[in-house]
Amino acid sequence: MMWQDKLSSSVKSVAPSGIRKFFDIAAKMQDVISLGVGEPDFVTPWSIRESCVYSLERGYTSYTANRGMLKLREEIARHYVEKFNVAYDVDTEILVTVGVSEALDLALRAILNPGDEVLIPEPCYVSYQACTFMANGVPVSVPAKIENEFRITPEELEPFVTPKTKAILIGYPNNPTGAIMEREDLLKIADFAEAHDLIVISDEIYGDLTYGGVHECFSALPKMRDRTILLNGFSKAYAMTGWRIGYALSNPDFIGAMTKIHQYTILCAPITAQMAAIEALKRGEKYMKKMVADYDRRRRLIYDGFKTLGLDSFEPKGAFYIFPNITASGLTSEDFAEKLIQAEHVALVPGTAFGKCGAGHVRCSYATSVDKISEALNRIEHFLKNHH
Amino acid sequence: MKEILELLEHNARLSTGELASMLQKSEYEIEKEIAVLEKEKIILSYGALINWEKFGDDVVTAIIEINLTPQREVGFDAIAERIYRFDEVRTVYLMSGNFDLLVIIEGKSLKDVANFVATRLAPIEGVTQTRSHFMLKAYKKDGVIMEDEDSDRRLVVAP
Repeated sequence: MMWQDKLSSSVKSVAPSGIRKFFDIAAKMQDVISLGVGEPDFVTPWSIRESCVYSLERGYTSYTANRGMLKLREEIARHYVEKFNVAYDVDTEILVTVGVSEALDLALRAILNPGDEVLIPEPCYVSYQACTFMANGVPVSVPAKIENEFRITPEELEPFVTPKTKAILIGYPNNPTGAIMEREDLLKIADFAEAHDLIVISDEIYGDLTYGGVHECFSALPKMRDRTILLNGFSKAYAMTGWRIGYALSNPDFIGAMTKIHQYTILCAPITAQMAAIEALKRGEKYMKKMVADYDRRRRLIYDGFKTLGLDSFEPKGAFYIFPNITASGLTSEDFAEKLIQAEHVALVPGTAFGKCGAGHVRCSYATSVDKISEALNRIEHFLKNHH
Repeated sequence: MKEILELLEHNARLSTGELASMLQKSEYEIEKEIAVLEKEKIILSYGALINWEKFGDDVVTAIIEINLTPQREVGFDAIAERIYRFDEVRTVYLMSGNFDLLVIIEGKSLKDVANFVATRLAPIEGVTQTRSHFMLKAYKKDGVIMEDEDSDRRLVVAP
């Protein structure tokens, strides 16, 4: 088709998401149990929804400041001081965005010159490479090791550093593995970033979903505040995925540059979502904690379940994913996912959708009810017994 | 122990195995803890919350406010006991404010309930006044919304 030829070559060369295929199969089935969903199964807490409705009734329907409503920036700043003891100036160091997705795109576009390289530990969220690429950068995949519970180390990163390396893009707690980085792991990455003078983009959207410990905020580490572009949002912790509301925190130069792009492409995040986000930060924590406690119990249930099935997994400590090794089945991760959905109507996502080193694994989301998790485990057990 | 109670309160059908995994205990420990909670009458019964109206059963529910004359030594307790022993009486609370007991009664018909109040509750010695309110519609019961659309609106597979 001739219109194809008119597309930009960079967009053309972006590979389609590996998740799409499973969505198409699953969408046609009736009784699918999906462990393939990357979003909470909860609806946004009513107090947050109600405050948004109220704001609409009062006529909050206009544009806001490019950087986001002052009240929201104040709440974000307060949150980071109280939780992580790291201070951001409300006027120059905070930008409210349309989800972390926009913030990530802005961060990459703000810092990359054509050909600049970004170190991206894998497995990782599906957008990291594509967004780097579309920002004219060069994504450099660095495989993390299962033996190390998918934590990344400077030793693993070092061989990939070149004079063109500009930044490192990390996301912990991690989608798809559920891995976290402890403070000492992050301190090593901080030293590494400083030694090579790299910008650190830290996607901490799953930070509040950390189990059995506390989340370590990268920019709160010594000397890392200005070097880090911290990305966070409301989607996962407050079950607000569809609201599309997030933010970026960094030094005034980075936030200023990101704001420049944001003001011409987006203008501002939707005011309704900003009003809801204010309520989430002011009064939403108790609802969030209840959801996190629920995820934690389901996490233990699914972790025990996979152990019993003989599909090894390290214990995931964050997000709402578990990343079991399915090589015992004798199948590749794509075959496993495809045969499982055809035979047992359980949807999950092959590990390779998140990078080559995800081979031999599948991503299972436990953001679903206990009954469905138990039923999915039964079906997977049946599948393992019967497909040989 | 509190976590077991919270989980069972919302879903009494959780298996011992599921509870054991979720609370990181052995099945034996879970069984023992539940046995203790039952023995101490902290767990009183395991029921299902049922929307009888939807099932097609006509049930009339009335909330009765009752005023009492308290009795020496026992206060309201003895009269409350005479009332809560009736099978028709689902719930009894001692209240502050304009009345003393709040009693919830279920019956097959309006007449049935009115008759019960007139012939069994009102004549009890110490009962000075009753006011009956008939329930028209239940929106939410014990933390559960009766007609909730709980359909999952999420895409089946998402990054």
